[in-house]
Amino acid sequence: MQNNKNDENNFEILNQFRPERTEILKALHSLQNANPQHYISSDAMKAVAKYFNITLGQVYGIVTYYSMFSTKPRGKYIIRLCKSPVCYMKGSFNLKNYLEEHLQLTASTENISADGLFTIETTECLGHCEQAPAMMVNNTIYSNLTREKIDEILHALKTNNYEL
Amino acid sequence: MNYNNWQISLKDSDRYDLNNIENYIKTSGFEALKKALSMNPDAIVESIKKSGLRGRGGAGFPTGMKQSFTKRSCDNCNQIYVVCNADEGEPGTFKDRYIMEKNPYIVIEGMTIAAYAVGATKGFIYIRGEYEKSIQSMQHAIMVCYQHNLLGQNILQGSFSFDLEIYIGAGSYLCGEELTLIESLEGKRGYPRIKPPFPAEKGLWNKPTLINNVETFSHIPFIITNGSEVYASIGTSESKGTKLFCVSGNVKQPGVYELPLGITLRELIYEVCGGMEANYEFKGALIGGAAGTFVDVTFLDVPLAYETLKEKGATLGSGAVMVLDNTTNLKGLLSNILEFFKHESCGKCVPCRIGTTILYEHSKNISNVDINWMLQQAEYMAKNSLCPLGQSPILPIKSFSKYFNN
Repeated sequence: MQNNKNDENNFEILNQFRPERTEILKALHSLQNANPQHYISSDAMKAVAKYFNITLGQVYGIVTYYSMFSTKPRGKYIIRLCKSPVCYMKGSFNLKNYLEEHLQLTASTENISADGLFTIETTECLGHCEQAPAMMVNNTIYSNLTREKIDEILHALKTNNYEL
Repeated sequence: MNYNNWQISLKDSDRYDLNNIENYIKTSGFEALKKALSMNPDAIVESIKKSGLRGRGGAGFPTGMKQSFTKRSCDNCNQIYVVCNADEGEPGTFKDRYIMEKNPYIVIEGMTIAAYAVGATKGFIYIRGEYEKSIQSMQHAIMVCYQHNLLGQNILQGSFSFDLEIYIGAGSYLCGEELTLIESLEGKRGYPRIKPPFPAEKGLWNKPTLINNVETFSHIPFIITNGSEVYASIGTSESKGTKLFCVSGNVKQPGVYELPLGITLRELIYEVCGGMEANYEFKGALIGGAAGTFVDVTFLDVPLAYETLKEKGATLGSGAVMVLDNTTNLKGLLSNILEFFKHESCGKCVPCRIGTTILYEHSKNISNVDINWMLQQAEYMAKNSLCPLGQSPILPIKSFSKYFNN
């Protein structure tokens, strides 16, 4: 039953797009954003294959090529920390260690914090080099980062639990 | 020199509210489009050619030539496309984001004029998925333009029609390469195509496609309004017009600055950006991004222009100027760049897939880097890779070995 329900939801999202290949990335973004765990499930991929009339293999090929898409569940907030040269020079790798320790993320926790709120990823240049180091939490950019600023951001996200 | 009087891409961008297109129109916005629609399309191409405008995405190819190649390829073809490359991913580069967030209408105006000039009726703006604000501001601007008959059927009650839509990327540096971007636009994995044929001949769905960078399109309205001679009077002999420089690092005021090509690094850092932060000493810069070149203090008085940098084996690229100082871990930085190439290599060409990995693995051992060995590998990659990604690591490695390997 659960599967049928998911399928219905997936097709409801897909119906907003023209069934042309040039709409695939937009559709995948929408499916991923609609999933509370911000990933593209195998059911969603099957729905995409059916809707756009391409093979499941082709869909998998697309999803795994682009770094913003994930085939694995993630936290409610995806923290994408920039590791490009300017952020590197401004110490972004220290911030990554700090974040990982702070949220107690390891490979064994599948990179999701115990409360299910956070996943940390690194990303290539976010284009905010004049305010390095920078990170993105879901769709919002935070820049000129320090440990203190990160504490504030995490605290706000944890306590208010506000939508980004 | 007065550094504030040079606004083409960012013209009046601080003076109007994005929700209010009337303000943009008041500051002579869309005058260029009106003028262009009364001109012969070939005359527009000629004018762009004469202006000397070169592509601002990094390669610096003459824009007018690209337009005329696209036009020439369409012999009785039924469709030409115009694509705006807004997949800004070159490390250290953030100028297109600036234009899209602050001055989206000028991009639409420039694209519409270019579409009219080459005879295209359909266009796409490919924006990287991480640029949420740019996506929102461009989307809003497109909607407003449709409402004001500046896009869509019979623009400004004339006979020309042009449809424009946004395409959102999903995280891939490689998709900033024009043919890879086109593959991605077609809803595929971002793998580079073999060229030739170039997009002008066979681009989107194998139709002739004019593809330019955001900044390039933003220069077209100025050229149409003021004429190619006025535009060509700005800059140096082979690098015309202004350029957005993205300055980052430990300078007092990092940011995006629009300045005439030919300004020196010294002027840019010490006059425009207010000099180095206290206790930091200028050591050099990485110009043009990861696929760019390192320069040292001897470059302070070299004009930042395509030809002058090329003469010295450097490149202007996208206009990124990452300033290095006495605290910069240079070998660490080189390794960081090589990690970037390893991550972004699509894996299609074996020399690039394996090459980027071994270069990064070797560079990690900072105390024992054999730069000559790395140069050999990078040279082999440059000769045997299909797209600019595999051809790029040689640039930072070679320039690093020249200026900083001691």
